[in-house]
Amino acid sequence: MKNKNQKYWKSNLKIVFSLLIIWFVSSFGFGILFSDYLDQFQLGGFKLGFWFAQQGSIYVFVVLIFLYVWLMKRLDKRLSEEEDK
Amino acid sequence: MSTQVLTYLFVGASFALYIGIAIWSKAQSTNDFYVAGKGVHPVANGMATAADWMSAASFLSMAGLIAFLGKDGSVYLMGWTGGYVLLALLLAPYLRKFGKFTVPDFIGERYYSKTARKLAVLCLIFISFTYIAGQMRGVGIVFSRFLEVDINTGVIVGMAIVFFYAVLGGMKGITYTQVAQYCVLIFAYLVPAIFISILMTGEVMPQVGFGSTLVDSNIYLLDKLDQVTRDLGFSAYTENVKSNIDIFCITAALMFGTAGLPHVIVRFFTVPNVGAARQSAGYALIFIALLYTTAPAVSAFARMNLIDSIQDQPYSSSPSWFKNWEEIGLIAWKDKNEDQKIQYSAGNALEDIKPNYIEGKGSSGERLLANNPDLSNENEVYIDRDIIVLANPEIAQLPGWVIALVAAGGLAAALSTAAGLLLVISSSISHDLLKKTYMPQITEKQELRYARIAAAIAIGIAGIFGIYPPAFVAQVVAFAFGLAAATFFPALFLGIFYKRLNKEGAVIGMMAGLIFTATYIIYFKFINPALNSDEYWLFGISPEGIGFLGMLLNLSLALIVSSFYEPPPEEVIEMVDEIRRP
Repeated sequence: MKNKNQKYWKSNLKIVFSLLIIWFVSSFGFGILFSDYLDQFQLGGFKLGFWFAQQGSIYVFVVLIFLYVWLMKRLDKRLSEEEDK
Repeated sequence: MSTQVLTYLFVGASFALYIGIAIWSKAQSTNDFYVAGKGVHPVANGMATAADWMSAASFLSMAGLIAFLGKDGSVYLMGWTGGYVLLALLLAPYLRKFGKFTVPDFIGERYYSKTARKLAVLCLIFISFTYIAGQMRGVGIVFSRFLEVDINTGVIVGMAIVFFYAVLGGMKGITYTQVAQYCVLIFAYLVPAIFISILMTGEVMPQVGFGSTLVDSNIYLLDKLDQVTRDLGFSAYTENVKSNIDIFCITAALMFGTAGLPHVIVRFFTVPNVGAARQSAGYALIFIALLYTTAPAVSAFARMNLIDSIQDQPYSSSPSWFKNWEEIGLIAWKDKNEDQKIQYSAGNALEDIKPNYIEGKGSSGERLLANNPDLSNENEVYIDRDIIVLANPEIAQLPGWVIALVAAGGLAAALSTAAGLLLVISSSISHDLLKKTYMPQITEKQELRYARIAAAIAIGIAGIFGIYPPAFVAQVVAFAFGLAAATFFPALFLGIFYKRLNKEGAVIGMMAGLIFTATYIIYFKFINPALNSDEYWLFGISPEGIGFLGMLLNLSLALIVSSFYEPPPEEVIEMVDEIRRP
């Protein structure tokens, strides 16, 4: 029982950590630190770095949360199946 | 029908709706009053969270700020949305699993300490009242400009409405009125944005329009805007002025602050289970993103239209919105070169920046000012940034009903946030201070009565802030986020993710974060504002971004101090294990 909980917690941490890396890269990375560099590329009428800072990062955030919801649902299901055994 | 009649109609209809919902959803128990019976559907909670979160500042001020800041304004866009990722992944599901009523409740039980609980209540009250002051100013602006009533009357009407549904309905009443308020405010924000986008670029979606070419030309809007702003002596619209480290820290402070704001966290206590808490954070962010991705488009359109419609116009034939806002005192014009025309460019138009009007009219009919002109530049126009969203439909010459809609939306944004804040203040007093600390013998019925009394008193205080607005409203917003980042976020995060953290570590960490952040902001904003520039800032970080350092200080001190003291008792460890399971 204890073992299963620890395993669940570890997988949870792995999911959270990977998603937070994407969170960091899309906002602090593309939107701030490398934004000036990305500005040399165009996305329609936007400079790419500017687009990430004012639009792109927000879209990424929304996708990340729903990805998290989906991954955790799968993980929770696996836990409850193991507990039923 | 005139715009003013339409405005009365829209505002009146929306108020009637809020009151109707309040009567329908009266709270019966403390469970209803604090957390809406824990039965709110994730989508409804997402909408309520979005309305709770998007305040008068988001609705009225943000697009205006970005219009003047250009790319530097991105800190607000990323900062006020990115925090939801932290909230969804690191806090909301676990705090829901914990299953109690308030944020200080978690801190008090996790750190088995009344000191920690009282410290948390203190931070919560301070953060929430700072925030409310801004909402009441928003209500005042909308009422005075569009309904042409006295600001004080406006604030009192606003207070009466909030009083009615917050005191009667508690969290249950607030939740369902917030759902209605979200619908009003998002509709009010999108309609003018879509209109303007079509007028300027031919694109329906503002998010696309602002990256498109202008109608009848093949020049991209943003390129044109860069060129125009540069020609007038401003920095180019799509380039940063602030240093990267400052932008980084401000964004981080806003994100971690968002995740630590009690009135947002408590919304996730109202859903039925952990899965619903996760989902509801996702829905909340979709609803928020709808406004936050539109806002920068509104900013770019507004900046462009603003320059186009006043530059080199004779004052006598300037657009009516220019004169209307001058009448309210949020626009001023000083004809420096005496050519009777308006010239707008970089720099302050007036010495002492804010206009100080005197009786009488100038030769073109403008309001006279006591200020001397600032002769270091050629700019003749003072514009308060708060008016951009409200003035935008007028500047773009949209029909009267759109203007009326925006007024109702601004009120919805201000009232919904004020109600959410009042609720966390009242529940932290009745539940954490009275029931859990000083008067443990009171019954549930008495607790509910105290919660209502506390809500009523808090509304009174908020109203006083609205009628006598402290001069530093704009300054203290940095406070709310900085303090939430430096106090609540680390305490909640470590409480869940680090079992070994004991009460000594948590209390000292929170105190250090609080004192460090508050001292830094008070020093630069109030004691020595003359030194408030990057030469004197610690590592070049402005007071707006210092909450991030405060948070790091809190985290490291909490970990170090913890290692010198006993680990937490067995039942606390078990509690943490329990909240980690779904």
